[in-house]
Amino acid sequence: MYGNDFAAEDAPGGGLLGQVEAAEAALREAASRGRRGAPEPGEDLEAYFADVIDADQKIEPRDWMPEAYRRTLIRQIAQHAHSEIIGMQPEGNWISRAPSLKRKAILLAKVQDEAGHGLYLYAAAETLGISRDELVRLLLDGRQKYSSIFNYPTLTWADVGAIGWLVDGAAIVNQVPLCRCSYGPYARAMIRVCKEESFHQRQGYEILHTLSHGTPAQKRMAQDAVDRWWYPSLAMFGPPDGDSTHSAQSMAWKIKRFSNDELRQRFVDMCVQQAQILGLTLPDPDLRWNDERQAYDYTQPDYDELMQVIKGNGPCNRQRMEHRRRAHDEGAWVREAAAAYAAKQAARQKEKVAA
Amino acid sequence: MSAANGPFDFTLAIGDDALIAAQRLAEWTSRAPEMEEDIALANIALDQLGAARLLLTYAGELEGAGRDEDALAYLRDDREFRNCLLVELPNGDFAVTMVKLLLLAAYQVPLYTALAGCADERLAAIGAKARKESAYHLDHAALWVKRLGDGTEESHRRAQAALEQLWPYHHELFTADPAAPVDPATLRADFDATVSAVLDEATLTRPETGWAPAGGRDGVHTEHLSYLLAEMQVLHRAHPGASW
Repeated sequence: MYGNDFAAEDAPGGGLLGQVEAAEAALREAASRGRRGAPEPGEDLEAYFADVIDADQKIEPRDWMPEAYRRTLIRQIAQHAHSEIIGMQPEGNWISRAPSLKRKAILLAKVQDEAGHGLYLYAAAETLGISRDELVRLLLDGRQKYSSIFNYPTLTWADVGAIGWLVDGAAIVNQVPLCRCSYGPYARAMIRVCKEESFHQRQGYEILHTLSHGTPAQKRMAQDAVDRWWYPSLAMFGPPDGDSTHSAQSMAWKIKRFSNDELRQRFVDMCVQQAQILGLTLPDPDLRWNDERQAYDYTQPDYDELMQVIKGNGPCNRQRMEHRRRAHDEGAWVREAAAAYAAKQAARQKEKVAA
Repeated sequence: MSAANGPFDFTLAIGDDALIAAQRLAEWTSRAPEMEEDIALANIALDQLGAARLLLTYAGELEGAGRDEDALAYLRDDREFRNCLLVELPNGDFAVTMVKLLLLAAYQVPLYTALAGCADERLAAIGAKARKESAYHLDHAALWVKRLGDGTEESHRRAQAALEQLWPYHHELFTADPAAPVDPATLRADFDATVSAVLDEATLTRPETGWAPAGGRDGVHTEHLSYLLAEMQVLHRAHPGASW
């Protein structure tokens, strides 16, 4: 295990939420301690930037930053924002059929939160000097990616539970360290996002818990969903450390704080105990406690499959993109109307002032 | 609403309005013209669903037959639903959705306001909560109907077409029912004043038609409702007696 703060627990979210709160406190503390001001005239900007990073202080939008740092952050934050927006589709697929009004309300609220997360993240990306419209264009043109996980279909109601527990769970394990990321706007967005995601993860867990303690058909539904979502969730952490292209630089810049494999291990360790409480099995016959490593051994996801999905050949890539493009295209006349109306109102206001 | 069926039928009818409206609005999730609107539509859908849950729960208690919100939502057929026809009509384009929401909210605001002052304490509490939400829905729909009506030529054409399509259905909302806790006929003047002001500002013309389709309050619906219910109820009905 990774120390008390990452200990597995009987209900998901709690320890992770503690981490988010600690990150938030650290952010406040860093702000109160004050930060070295702008670089001296003639000071080496690279050295100045390294200084701020080394002191664990935040880089803010007005600060000088290496162009590659800016580009990396734009790519990562945008991909994150796109994932929130595309991620509305697999769960949105079950809103109309949710099996009780309470579950329908919870799911609607969750999908609404995701749209909100997309907006925070686009706003964070915009502080780096790119517009949301440009980012949306890059997504629609297939030039920026979103998380591979959303290219898998939601085939039963239990998938909504599995997405909450496993997909949101993996997202939080990934994102909690980002609450301490060196870029201030991203770190602050992640604190807000993680608090809500942790709540969603609990709700997903609760759906699965109800199903696994329900009728035999419900329990089968829950197990089937976990069987289908386990490996795609493990793959969310990205390729193994040896193959990860951006890792070393991102860690040096304190954008990333842990490697893909470290986070994946944390996630596995967290899920094993939760699965036991759910009364569900994780679909890995080689999953077992390793006393020496003080962690679970597990079977790696199929990274060839991951590469195929990233390349656009997962089960739902085409459907997800087509859906997004259709919503964008069919909404064009509405956005044009809003712009035309705003222009008319502004012109009328001007006339009034002139009169 | 046929008279003399008392508070149960009334509560069920306005609860069904909110439930079916929520179901339609939620269909927009991830399809809205802009991200802010995705959030707004989901928000309004959630409000409608929240009101529906309170009203259906109370209707079940009034009936006294042991039916809770889920039994009423998931285990009635279309002939037993009492919503107005307006809310079950398909979403169409964004103009249809916004004009529909304008008509619905312009009816729900005075309805819930009147309910907040009625003698039945439970209905009064529900009305007091829901009217605040409806006021927001009305603002939102009014703003969009103005933007669309007074936007581009294309948006004006679509908004006017939406109004032509939906206008006949608003009459049903105000069918007199003197025995109900709030007689819908008394809400008409308020509705007319609100809607006329919005349509004028939106440069839209009120359609001249005598056609006034009705029947929803008696369970005689359009062909659309049965499909909506088939989708909404499919999972619940496939697992009789299960908890979720």
